[in-house]
Amino acid sequence: MSLKKFLFKFSLILIVFFAFTEKSFSLEPKDFVQSVVDQASSVLTTNFTKEQKIEKLKSIAKAAVDIRGIGYYSLGSHRKGLSDDEKKKYLDIFEKYFLKSFSSRLAEYTDPKISVDSQRKLNEKYTMVSSSLLATKDKPEVKIDWRIVTKDPSKPLIIDVVIEGVSLAKVQKEEFNSIIQSNDGEISALIASLKEFINK
Amino acid sequence: MKKILIITTTVILLAISNVSAGTDGENSLSKKNSGQTKDCFEKVNRGIFAFNQTLDGAIFEPLAKGYRKLPMPIRRGTSNVLANLSNLITVPNNLMQGEIKKAGENTLRFVVNTTLGILGIFDPASGLGFAELEREDYGQTLAKWGVGEGCYLVLPVLGPSTARDAIGMLSGTMGGGDPWYNITVKNDTQYFSDFDYYSSRATTGIDFRAKNIESFENLEQNSMDFYASVKSLYLQDRKQKISNSKKVIDTMDDGDWEEIETN
Repeated sequence: MSLKKFLFKFSLILIVFFAFTEKSFSLEPKDFVQSVVDQASSVLTTNFTKEQKIEKLKSIAKAAVDIRGIGYYSLGSHRKGLSDDEKKKYLDIFEKYFLKSFSSRLAEYTDPKISVDSQRKLNEKYTMVSSSLLATKDKPEVKIDWRIVTKDPSKPLIIDVVIEGVSLAKVQKEEFNSIIQSNDGEISALIASLKEFINK
Repeated sequence: MKKILIITTTVILLAISNVSAGTDGENSLSKKNSGQTKDCFEKVNRGIFAFNQTLDGAIFEPLAKGYRKLPMPIRRGTSNVLANLSNLITVPNNLMQGEIKKAGENTLRFVVNTTLGILGIFDPASGLGFAELEREDYGQTLAKWGVGEGCYLVLPVLGPSTARDAIGMLSGTMGGGDPWYNITVKNDTQYFSDFDYYSSRATTGIDFRAKNIESFENLEQNSMDFYASVKSLYLQDRKQKISNSKKVIDTMDDGDWEEIETN
C-alpha cells in the first residue's frame, strides 16, 4: 500500500470515527431533562431522611445545572464592573447559596410526576425543553419549561426553569438587583446576604 | 370593605399623579412599556407589603389552612363556582380585546355550567370538551389597547398590582363592567346583597391562598428579599397572561441570556 493510499484511508477512518463519536456523545436536551427528572424523582421517592435527600439532590444539581452561568445571569448588569477577585468570591458563595436554596425547595416534593413533552432549539447556545408536572387530585397540571445550555452538545446543562411562564432565574436576578440597589450598588451587600442565607 | 376601596382608590390616584409628575415618562400610562417596571413608591409599597404579610399571617393563612381541611368535593365545588363567576368579567373583556370566538365559547361555558352544572358547582363544560378557561380582566384589556403598566403598586389587602391593573380593576368594577358587582352591590336587587359580592371576593382570595400555601412558604423561606421576589413573580405572570401565548416565555428575554460571559 502506498503512503498516499495509507494516509487517505487513515484520514477516512479518523473522519468516520470523530463523526461517530460526536454523534454518540451528544445528548438530546429532551433526553437530558428526562434523565435529570428521573434521577431527582428516584431520590424524592426513597425513604431517605430529608437531609440525605438534600445531599443527593445537591450532587444531581452539581452535575446537571450551569450554576456558574446562573450566578452570572443573576448579577445582571452589575457583573460588568466586578474585579476577578470579586467574581471569584461571588461565584464561590453563589454556588453554596444555589445548592442550598435549590435542594431545600425540591426536597419538599414527595413524588412529582413530570412528563417531558418536546424541545425547541432557540439558537446554537440554548434549547427550550417543555414538560408538564402532572395534575394530582389536589393540584392542576403545571407547565414547566427548561432552558438548556447546548454550547457543548455532549454536556447540556440546565440554566433556567420557567414555571407557567415565570422564569425562576429572572426572579432571582431581580431579587439580587434589589439587594444591590438598596445598598448603593455594593456587591458586598449581596455577598453578605448570601452568607447569611447559607448560615441560617 | 368600602373603606378598603376608598383607601385603594386614593393610593391609585396618588400613583397616577406621580406617574406623570415624578418619572421620566418611561413608565407612562400613555404608552406600552417593554422595559423594567418602575417601583416609584418602593418605600410605601414595602410598608403595605409588610402590613399585608401581617394580615395574611393573622387572617388569610389560618383561614386558608382551615379551608384546606374541608372535603375535596366542597373545595372543588367552591373553586368551580368562583371560576364560573369570573366568566362575567372575562366575556366583556374578550369582546373588548376583539376575541369574539372566545367570548362566544365562554358565554356558552357560563350558560352550561350555571344550568347543567347547578350554579357552577360542577363543570360539565370541561367534560364536553370546552377549551380551558383563560381569565381576562380590564387590566389585560388596557394592556392590549396599548396602555403602559405605569408604576408597580402594592395595594392594601389586595396585594401586588400596577397603576394600569388597578385602574382597570376599579374602573371595571365601579364603571359597571362587572355584572356580579352590579347585581349585588350597585343595584338594589331583591335576590342578592352586598354580602354576596364581598364574600365571593374574600373566598376567591382564600381559595387562591389555599392552593398556594406550600409555594408561598417555600418562596418566603428561600428568599433574601421576599418583596422583590413577589414583585418579579407578579409582573412576569401578568406579562404572560396579557400575551395569551405560551411561546413568549422562551423569547421574551433572550437578550439577557446572550450577554452572559461565563469565562
